[in-house]
Amino acid sequence: MSTQIIPLSSISPLNGVVRLEDVLQKMADHQGCGTSSGSGKASCGSSAGPADLSPEIWEKVKNHPCYSEEAHHHYARMHVAVAPACNIQCNYCNRKYDCANESRPGVVSEKLTPEQAAKKVLAVASTIPQMTVLGIAGPGDPLANPAKTFKTFELISKTAPDIKLCLSTNGLMLPDHVDTIQGFNVDHVTITINMVDPDVGALIYPWIYYKNKRYTGREASEILSERQLQGLEMLTERGILCKVNSVMIPGVNDHHLVEVNRAVKSRGAFLHNIMPLISAPEHGTVYGLNGQRGPSAQELKALQDSCEGEMNMMRHCRQCRADAVGLLGEDRSAEFTTEAVMAMEVAYDLESRQAYQAVVEQERQAKAAAKEAELATMAGDHSDIKILVAVATKGSGRINEHFGHATEFQIYEASTEGAKFVGHRRVDLYCQGGFGEEEALESSVIRAINDCTAVFVAKIGGCPKASLEAAGIEPVDRYAFEYIDQSVIAYFRDYLEKIREGVVVMGRRGDAEIRQGAYIAA
Amino acid sequence: MAYKIIASQCTGCSACEPECPNMAISEKNGTFIIDPAKCTECINYFDVPQCVAVCPVDNTCVIDKNYPRYIA
Repeated sequence: MSTQIIPLSSISPLNGVVRLEDVLQKMADHQGCGTSSGSGKASCGSSAGPADLSPEIWEKVKNHPCYSEEAHHHYARMHVAVAPACNIQCNYCNRKYDCANESRPGVVSEKLTPEQAAKKVLAVASTIPQMTVLGIAGPGDPLANPAKTFKTFELISKTAPDIKLCLSTNGLMLPDHVDTIQGFNVDHVTITINMVDPDVGALIYPWIYYKNKRYTGREASEILSERQLQGLEMLTERGILCKVNSVMIPGVNDHHLVEVNRAVKSRGAFLHNIMPLISAPEHGTVYGLNGQRGPSAQELKALQDSCEGEMNMMRHCRQCRADAVGLLGEDRSAEFTTEAVMAMEVAYDLESRQAYQAVVEQERQAKAAAKEAELATMAGDHSDIKILVAVATKGSGRINEHFGHATEFQIYEASTEGAKFVGHRRVDLYCQGGFGEEEALESSVIRAINDCTAVFVAKIGGCPKASLEAAGIEPVDRYAFEYIDQSVIAYFRDYLEKIREGVVVMGRRGDAEIRQGAYIAA
Repeated sequence: MAYKIIASQCTGCSACEPECPNMAISEKNGTFIIDPAKCTECINYFDVPQCVAVCPVDNTCVIDKNYPRYIA
């Protein structure tokens, strides 16, 4: 443990008396962020930057939008749907239909052959130079389709060697394929682990298909859990970064996920992504039909917060489809249908991709420097006050979206520690019909960001401004086109000052809704 | 009898195709079909027909009564 000397003058006592707790808190805070703790784990969540991670790990995650919150503002990913078969059944999944009016993880519009997928990757890489990651995530399980999955990796590693390969699996067949995965230099693998207790598993998985047999009930989950944890251990032994996805199902595994977190942490998982259950009756899933609800925004955040000890928590997951293309939070898959891709003339230009990415790196560094400088203005100040701020952004880490055009808001927690990304709220699929489109839209946006104190936008009209103010959410357009982190810190510094002067009284914010469904092009 | 796949329920996921011990399953117009001449109902291979065990939609791989019972 490194010793930090905290100047006493930096502690701001309420009544002129320096309290020991404040000093200790200050020291603990200093150790928490920026310095490496004994476990070697980053302590600032998935927003960890180069200062928080070892150089080898930072090198692996810095351009991976799913493994680094910081990267997800700048870099894009794509999934190719080459793996339609699955070997387990989950109560939150229904593989039966996909129609134009719905979107959820697990369904895609078109399956691809490995050859079609390889062509698509080249087409996307040439059009979107910040696309750095190719994932195979289904629509079934990649390792239930090993021939198609690995053929795709083989083709892409030949034609586009700079693209990172990753895959997402339920883990049942993982131990059998770890060496092949390593052979393709896949250094990011996601395993969906919803339980480590087979009794809980029996409520989530009706059956698995393993070694030519269908297993049900407790036995099915016993096998699945054992294989998942074994696969996780084998990957981390080989230095492959593992993310664990868990679906939070209130009343089924919500409390149990703390135990799952401990189990995967102890086996070397790098990142834990607790996602809200998506379940609507029209999805035709067991949970959708039996009325199992998903968590509220604050329930999800509370669970993520409680798991955020020495382990990085992912909070920027958009639960995308197995054919998603683009930045997280946008989906450009409609531009790249198989028909369109096959008709494209594609020349893979590595140099221009690298040139583009160099510009992105400059922008990232400028953003980080601005954040540090802004944070320095609050150095030494400590308060227990924390507020949430919603941000309308199109990416690049800037406040660059009009309130009315936002399909999602990114949520930042502001405190004297700085600005921390804690989630996002979708507003794209809200029903706009019925009793006046604008009113419906505004009230639904307010429901989605109801726990926020302010909303940062590039621009906002008079009507929504008034409705937000009436709901106690301050619309803020004075930071238009500025960097998000820097602006959140600046806003918080002013806010704290107003609270201390008694100009503003901090009200209690309520809870907020999580919008159902996977992200699709608006 | 052989097994058949009810096309209107088939999701086209392809899970059954590699599991069939007789290579009796193939794709046709986006869904899968079983060649009744090749299907042995998995008798002598497995305790349960593999297409039934792996199919994500219940009651989609079913006995086709148009064919006589398979005799090993």
